[in-house]
Amino acid sequence: MTTSALIMFLAANGIVIAVTVYFFLKVLRTAPPDESEDEGNFPRGG
Amino acid sequence: MSKENWGSRVGLVLAMAGNAVGLGNFLRFPAQAIQNGGGAFIIPYLTCFLLMGIPLLFVEWSMGRYGGKYGDHSTPFILNSMSGGKRNWWKYIGVFGIFTNLAVAAYYCYLESWTLAYVWRSVSGAFSGQSPDAVSQMFDNYVSLGSTEPIIFWITCLLLNTWILSRGLSGGVEIAAKIGMPLLIFFGIFLAIRGITLQSGEAGAVNDGVVGLNYLWTPDFSTIWDFKVWLAAAGQIFFTLSVGMGSIQCYASYMRQRDDVALNAMSAGWMNEFVEVSLGAAILIPISVGYLGIDRVVELTQSGGLGLGFRTLPYLFQQWGPILAALAGMAWFGLLFFAGITSSLAMGTPVMGFLRDEFGWARERSAWAFGALVLILGAPTVMYFNYGVFDEYDYWAGTVSLVVFAMFEIVLFAWVFGMDKGWAEITRHADMKVPTIYKHIIKYVTPVILIGVFLGSLLSEGGILDKIANKDIHAQIAAATDTAVRANLEDKLMFVNGSRLLLVLVFALIAYAVYIAQRKREREGRVPVIHND
Repeated sequence: MTTSALIMFLAANGIVIAVTVYFFLKVLRTAPPDESEDEGNFPRGG
Repeated sequence: MSKENWGSRVGLVLAMAGNAVGLGNFLRFPAQAIQNGGGAFIIPYLTCFLLMGIPLLFVEWSMGRYGGKYGDHSTPFILNSMSGGKRNWWKYIGVFGIFTNLAVAAYYCYLESWTLAYVWRSVSGAFSGQSPDAVSQMFDNYVSLGSTEPIIFWITCLLLNTWILSRGLSGGVEIAAKIGMPLLIFFGIFLAIRGITLQSGEAGAVNDGVVGLNYLWTPDFSTIWDFKVWLAAAGQIFFTLSVGMGSIQCYASYMRQRDDVALNAMSAGWMNEFVEVSLGAAILIPISVGYLGIDRVVELTQSGGLGLGFRTLPYLFQQWGPILAALAGMAWFGLLFFAGITSSLAMGTPVMGFLRDEFGWARERSAWAFGALVLILGAPTVMYFNYGVFDEYDYWAGTVSLVVFAMFEIVLFAWVFGMDKGWAEITRHADMKVPTIYKHIIKYVTPVILIGVFLGSLLSEGGILDKIANKDIHAQIAAATDTAVRANLEDKLMFVNGSRLLLVLVFALIAYAVYIAQRKREREGRVPVIHND
């Protein structure tokens, strides 16, 4: 690969893979909210 | 009616990512990159993702969760609630969020069924020993309905979608996403490794796979200043993220009110980018260039990636021997199938949500109604594919409607609902710190980009106005010397205009259903009480 193609390939893939992994791991590691504290739906009324 | 929710957070993120990941990630993105500056395309592409894609994801996820608070699971009444319930016409803008899903599902399920048929053909050895022309001809015969096979696979695909939808979110859609997404990524990694490690001289390859990768990523920085390249990048972001459809709002409306939207939206959005940029760019082009050379691949990508994916790759896989060819065919069309079905399932939920919310239909009944509507509306795309009906649906429902709806919803969110309230919705229970700059981007930058994209699509050569005037077909008719070709083009013109009329009729019928639903709400006293919290 040419240097410019390699730089674009590595930079784009590096950014995309790193950010994807970071956010997905953050999703996996964050504790879910307590369901009993759910605010529920607001009622409708006339 | 019991309240439906997602079973798990990972299930929700995978379903949202599956909604975004579609056939375009593997077929459209590489073709767009090649046509718009190679590696340099990633600059406008990622810029549009940051300035338009992520803001729209934040907005649509927040709108959905906000709608769910009032028991609304489709865009007409989500938009109605957000406009304060006074400006009644907003719910008719929300019709786009049902119309687009129904019309896109109508042709998309057919496309999805091709992948299922091609999995079967790959595994059964149908391509074995065939010449390149014969493999290409098999595709032409398929879409010309040369046998009953396309109909069988189309109906099978529709039934499968309907059955999964009838099982509900946690019992159907979420399970499909939990199975489909990991398999899609596994198949994608397998094919990407095979594509990149392809060696010149190996099984008839004329180039190393890296040559194709090099061609795709070599930047032509002069294209950065071309408005058309930016328009292409913005268009690709639209298609790839499934924003402007109404399906994200629907999925998000089934979240719990204490659930985060910011981190989930970022995770699902970036997962889609990984599949597109890292996997999508590493399969089609490296393998095709490896066997066909750069010039031929450039020529083939002029008509998009569909031809390469269905006409060319099945033949190229055959060069790897019968077992690896069957495995590669199953992996390629299998990943396209999973990409397709996780998206088409998302298209079913807004229609079902509307029928359930407004008319009290049971989940199973609304799923089968959706299936029946897709069958009726999809039939012309199957029967008259060669007359451009499929492409018309794709252009008006799958392209123009997305831009129009996204433009309206961002204006509603930032300027009617109000950016302060909107920002509070985005950051409420957020599991990440949302950069404050996005408050300003959503309010000023994204609407300007969307209006620019719309005007560009409207006025550019071959754009919306030219399409309405059928300039391309009229030019072809004027240039045709053969009477048979001329007659065929005139038939095509009739089918193209007929498809547009049908789509307008569908939009009008949905708008009428929304009007009936509003009247029903008023009779039942179900007018939303809007809390300014």
